[in-house]
Amino acid sequence: MNALAAKLRLYWPLIKSLQTGLLVATGLAGYMSARCPLFNLPTMVGLFFSLVAAISGSTILNMWWDRDIDARMRRTRCRPLAAGRIGPDEALWVGLVLSLLGVGLAAVLDPLYGLIIFAGLFFDVVVYTIWLKRRTCWSIVWGGVSGGMPILAGRALGLGRVDAIGILLALGILFWIPTHILTFSMRYFDDYQAAGVPTFPATYGFSFTRATIAISSILAALAIGFAAWSIGMSWGCLRLLGVLSSGLLLLAVAVTVRPSERTSFGLFKYASVYMLSAMLIVVIGVL
Amino acid sequence: MTPLDRVLLLVTGLLAAYQVVVGIDGFSTLPMVAYTIAFGVLLVAGLLLIILGFDVLDSPIVVIASTIIPLALSLGMVWQHLPSLRGAYLVFVLLGFLAVVVTRTIPLCSPLPTVVLALIHGVAGVIIFLLPLLLVQQGAMKPAFALVSAGGALIGIAGLLLSFLKTGRPILAQKTILRILPGLLSVTTACFVAGFRFG
Repeated sequence: MNALAAKLRLYWPLIKSLQTGLLVATGLAGYMSARCPLFNLPTMVGLFFSLVAAISGSTILNMWWDRDIDARMRRTRCRPLAAGRIGPDEALWVGLVLSLLGVGLAAVLDPLYGLIIFAGLFFDVVVYTIWLKRRTCWSIVWGGVSGGMPILAGRALGLGRVDAIGILLALGILFWIPTHILTFSMRYFDDYQAAGVPTFPATYGFSFTRATIAISSILAALAIGFAAWSIGMSWGCLRLLGVLSSGLLLLAVAVTVRPSERTSFGLFKYASVYMLSAMLIVVIGVL
Repeated sequence: MTPLDRVLLLVTGLLAAYQVVVGIDGFSTLPMVAYTIAFGVLLVAGLLLIILGFDVLDSPIVVIASTIIPLALSLGMVWQHLPSLRGAYLVFVLLGFLAVVVTRTIPLCSPLPTVVLALIHGVAGVIIFLLPLLLVQQGAMKPAFALVSAGGALIGIAGLLLSFLKTGRPILAQKTILRILPGLLSVTTACFVAGFRFG
């Protein structure tokens, strides 16, 4: 029992629990945004576990492939794979099994839902991580596309089809992800340089990167806001979303006009709080 | 910042969010916009304090943001309860806000920025504090509406403490001000929300 607990403790950082939790939350919000019966317990449980398994699996595969990069970066060199506390073969198997479990469970729930979850996993592991991450700083677009898949999949599961609102919600996540990744690439600029990973700051400079963060934050707020309005959320919830979006926009402007590490990190943190809050509002707003 | 501070700021944010979502439904457009702005600033300020800590208070935008709350609250109240003063007060609020932004953006070696700030805060503060009491006294609102006055007094105290701290002549030690600020903000927001809900 103790050995299992120790193993779980080792794997916990490998699944990036906060990021996985946030993406699972977007999937659940996407499902509920379709005004499904909320207490459809078997579907909700299936949705939850398929998302957790698929997202955790793809994150582990991502870390397995990038373990050499992680070992060269100060921020990530203590990760279990990079530090050698977990063997690469073992991590590969765990990642594959979790991914297959997640996609399989998703396909059993609904073929379309399964297909979108598979697409998310494919874009994240194959296109973003293996193919593009070491070649171009624009790889983050594909990271964003894969990040938008859980919410699109959740909504497709609720509706039985892909609709414009689902795509808008996915765009919201797609535009939110650069805020996250680009802030990291500025904060840990030297780390990424040492690892030889192409980043926006290294390719286009810090000013362009800050402007990109600001624009993508604005686009994320617009996409989420328009999706929320299209869903038919109550005026109260729309007001609250507007308030939170205004905070995001103000911080985005502040990062561009008065750049500082504190403001950039504030925007990074606020963007995560914003996304989680937006998902909660989407759920509450359709009740 | 202690965990208790974070909890109190989260309570502030949640109360402000509640007010934005359900607390102002049914009001006419302008008060709804004004209260959304006032409670929205409280909500975002609470979140930023949680995320960035008290260092965020060093930002020059704090003075402008802390002006929005009393101006927006007082505008909503005047629009609802003093119809004859609507136009005049709306002009005062818009010009006042503009004056604060201008005097805080352009470096001036005169007491003008302080005078402008004191005037704007003073007028808005008096309205938020006195108007609910008068309305309750006249029987136009339920007694619980007086809680809005209490909120007005508390946020006035918070504004004074922060303003004097920023001018370098603090009324209390900085450590003391930062210790009481989260509690003061949460009680203030609770007073506003309860006053509007039960008043």
